[in-house]
Amino acid sequence: MAILEVNDVNKAFGGLKALNAVNLSVEEGTVHAIIGPNGAGKSTLLNCFVGRLIPDTGSVMFNGKSLLGIKPHEINQTGVARVFQTPEIFTDLSILENVMIPAFAKLDGAFRINAWKTVGSRGEVRDMAEKVLVEVGLHEKRDVISSSLSRGDKRRLEMAMCLVQEPKLLLLDEPTAGMSRADTNNTVDLLQRVGTHITKIVIEHDMHVVFSLADHISVLAQGTVIAGGKPADIKGNPKVQEAYLGGSHA
Amino acid sequence: MFAGLTRNDKLLFIGFTIAALAMPLLAWPVGANYPDLLQKFAIYGIFAIGFNILFGLTGYLSFGHAAFLGVGSYAAVWMFKGVTMNVIPAVIFGVMVSGMFAALIGFISLRRSGIYFSILTLAFAQMSYNLAYSVLTPITNGETGLQLSQDDARIIDRLFVEQGAGLPSTNLFGLEMSGYPGFYFCCVLLIIAFFISLRIQRSPFGMMLRAIKTNQVRMNYTGFNTRPYALTAFIISGMYAGLAGSLLAVTDPLAGAERMQWTASGEVVLMTILGGAGTLIGPILGAGLIKYFENIFSSYNDGLLSESFSFLPDFLNDTLVFIIGPFVGEGWSLLLGIVFMAIVIFLPGGLMEGLTRIHGWYRRRGGGDTRAADAASSRQAAE
Amino acid sequence: MDVILLQLLNGLDKGGAYALIALGLTIIFGTLGVVNFAHGALFMLGAFCAVSVQAVLTISKKVKDESITFFDAYKEVPYLEAWWGDTGAMIIDYAVPISILVAIPLMLLIGLGMERGLIRYFYKRPHAEQILVTFGLAIVVQELIKAQFGANPIPTPAPEVIAGSASIGLWFGLGEAVVYPWWRLIYLAFAGVVIASAFAFLNLTTYGMVVRAGMADRETVGLLGINIQRRFTIVFGMAAVIAGMAGVMYTPILPPDYHMGMDFLVLSFVVVVVGGMGSLSGAVLAGFMLGILQSFASMNEVKSIFPGIDQIIIYLIAVVILLVRPRGLMGRKGVMET
Repeated sequence: MAILEVNDVNKAFGGLKALNAVNLSVEEGTVHAIIGPNGAGKSTLLNCFVGRLIPDTGSVMFNGKSLLGIKPHEINQTGVARVFQTPEIFTDLSILENVMIPAFAKLDGAFRINAWKTVGSRGEVRDMAEKVLVEVGLHEKRDVISSSLSRGDKRRLEMAMCLVQEPKLLLLDEPTAGMSRADTNNTVDLLQRVGTHITKIVIEHDMHVVFSLADHISVLAQGTVIAGGKPADIKGNPKVQEAYLGGSHA
Repeated sequence: MFAGLTRNDKLLFIGFTIAALAMPLLAWPVGANYPDLLQKFAIYGIFAIGFNILFGLTGYLSFGHAAFLGVGSYAAVWMFKGVTMNVIPAVIFGVMVSGMFAALIGFISLRRSGIYFSILTLAFAQMSYNLAYSVLTPITNGETGLQLSQDDARIIDRLFVEQGAGLPSTNLFGLEMSGYPGFYFCCVLLIIAFFISLRIQRSPFGMMLRAIKTNQVRMNYTGFNTRPYALTAFIISGMYAGLAGSLLAVTDPLAGAERMQWTASGEVVLMTILGGAGTLIGPILGAGLIKYFENIFSSYNDGLLSESFSFLPDFLNDTLVFIIGPFVGEGWSLLLGIVFMAIVIFLPGGLMEGLTRIHGWYRRRGGGDTRAADAASSRQAAE
Repeated sequence: MDVILLQLLNGLDKGGAYALIALGLTIIFGTLGVVNFAHGALFMLGAFCAVSVQAVLTISKKVKDESITFFDAYKEVPYLEAWWGDTGAMIIDYAVPISILVAIPLMLLIGLGMERGLIRYFYKRPHAEQILVTFGLAIVVQELIKAQFGANPIPTPAPEVIAGSASIGLWFGLGEAVVYPWWRLIYLAFAGVVIASAFAFLNLTTYGMVVRAGMADRETVGLLGINIQRRFTIVFGMAAVIAGMAGVMYTPILPPDYHMGMDFLVLSFVVVVVGGMGSLSGAVLAGFMLGILQSFASMNEVKSIFPGIDQIIIYLIAVVILLVRPRGLMGRKGVMET
């Protein structure tokens, strides 16, 4: 069953057509990679899923409900979490707090005044957070202030922050961008290991990462999906090779 | 009441309570043990705690918080005039009215963040200030300020007691709210205010506020509707300001528009930054220090100065008076400005950060193996 | 009709002051990314340049008053008058225009010193800290002025020749009743010239274009090997000079006192926000617009319908603008919008 249905989405910035009649269908429980040259519209598309951008026309349906025109926090509450290209974490807070906060969002909803009980009295939240931290391998450092983490650790922390919410759909925007080979391998390993039941959409440049993770690949070029299919099919597709090697490469 | 608080927090609260109640004793060595000044410590302490809940936790810098202080004062004085000289209804009314006022202003101002938020709050405060002087004169009594008078209604009081010849004084069920009783009334409210702030800071709500300060974008994509969080903090902080304002009226039943001026808003910013924004104790410390030194320095003049240095030879005396002279009396604000700049430049975390640094430095000299534990505990202390 | 013209003119001169301060604020915010709460203090310092120049020119000696014969009376005569007679008196009379010449180099020095000594350390710090440190500086400057010159406004009149009013009513055929002080007309012309030159400098010279490019994209300009840092320092100096000159010229209209800087700063910030953070033409436009609106709001006819509107009109407009169009009248999309 398709968990995310994207139908005929168009988005233009001024005269520039960033997305041109994009259609996409993401099957539940799969890892769906979106690849394409720079400027193909990958990030624009992702932004349309989380409420950062609203498409000019078309529809984005998540579990049968439209995601268009509702606010980022409402989209998250329906079960969509996102990892950013540059990690967005709470740099002033400890790692444990960083992961507890999304857990609170999951348990208490978008707004609740919890001003009298202490954080410590919510043992179940701490347990959730610690469990995920063990999974991603940051448990040892749980009391460290997150601004002092390495880039790779920050990325893992952000992933933990998404995983703790047990989202139905996890969006990953270039999860290995700017990472060393070793860190990249760790990330791939992590993604294969944890949250296996979660549907994931991955935007990625690194073909090694794409082919080790993806069940399905969509190729985006100049705002249009030019090819889609199993990794093996994509590898041999002449259109894809043209898009990457041809004139559109920025 | 203490459920869930750590041992450190309980100790902190008990220590604070003892220190607050013993303030007359503690202030004695520095010559600040008279009720008028002690009342100011407690009142401005409350104001700063409240401001800190907004600025220290969420990072929203309001430049118009004095408006709520002023509104609290006006509301309290009206309660004295119209209903009773008992302070309880006045304080409650002051807090409620400022809370509602804060809800209105916060609702609009919080549609923006950053510098725009600061300017919006500033604009609202200046508007209130200007209106208090002009159109709202029937409510505020304009430049003269709102005062008690013989022919006030005071409906409840008139039921029970015959009006005396002079103006009645504020009281707590008969206990007059001047001098030490007045101080202890403010002091108890300060302790309660501190306790609420402690609970808020340790609660999930407080954690969300700190998270909003750090990364609002992440908060939204994490599923939080951040605006009501910030608005709640804004209202709470406005109610604290209203409480402080009504206590000003309790200790001296008079309310003037100058309390709402933006320099007054600036003062609470100074207090909070000086002590350490985001910390529990810092804002109270900042408020106390500023009110103490304001009191000391602004009462000095060159004559008094040269008297206090009279044990020195003449030329030294003259030099010292020449150097220090510009900073005392009228020049107190100059000193305040310089200290404030120095704090922002060198110690943005305020005095509490300074203490934490000294503490850490001291411990490190003691031994390297306890370092990690220290870092954690000193961080906790700073919070 | 003539009432409207008068209010328009009244609004223009206040608007001129707002526009000049707001222009400097915007240049500083646009180039350096710094929110300068001490800009009003620069305006005030300019005004006190005029006060100081006047004070220096009128340093006096005591001489025997010959007009009183039945006892020994003394009067104070400025040295200038004692030395050069009428010429000296005329120099004193022209204290305000002369102070412009003093103010330009002095304000430039102050501006450069302020940027090098303080502001540059705050480029990378959060806006809140910039606001706080410049706010502290503003208090310090204000208190120093208060300590030196006292708390009362100090009259610094315009030269005698132009003390009267222009009968602009006659020029426009509106009757003799419509008169307007000469000095205010001069002030308006001056504001126009300064604004025009600032725009010409930024738009027509290569130097200015580099600065504007820096406003748009600082990093790229830096990469081109241009020392954008030094240009920014000079730009800050320029903004200080503009504020200072505005202060000098405003003294005959409003006798300066130590808190005039703060008073104007708050309003000028509102002007910048209404015009659009980072938009030069927006700042100028909003400055004049708000000045005029304020002037109309203080008409009795208007006040009788909306009591107190003159006190709050500017803030009210700011609130509406921020809520409806957060980037301001002419702000670029995406600049400080939230």
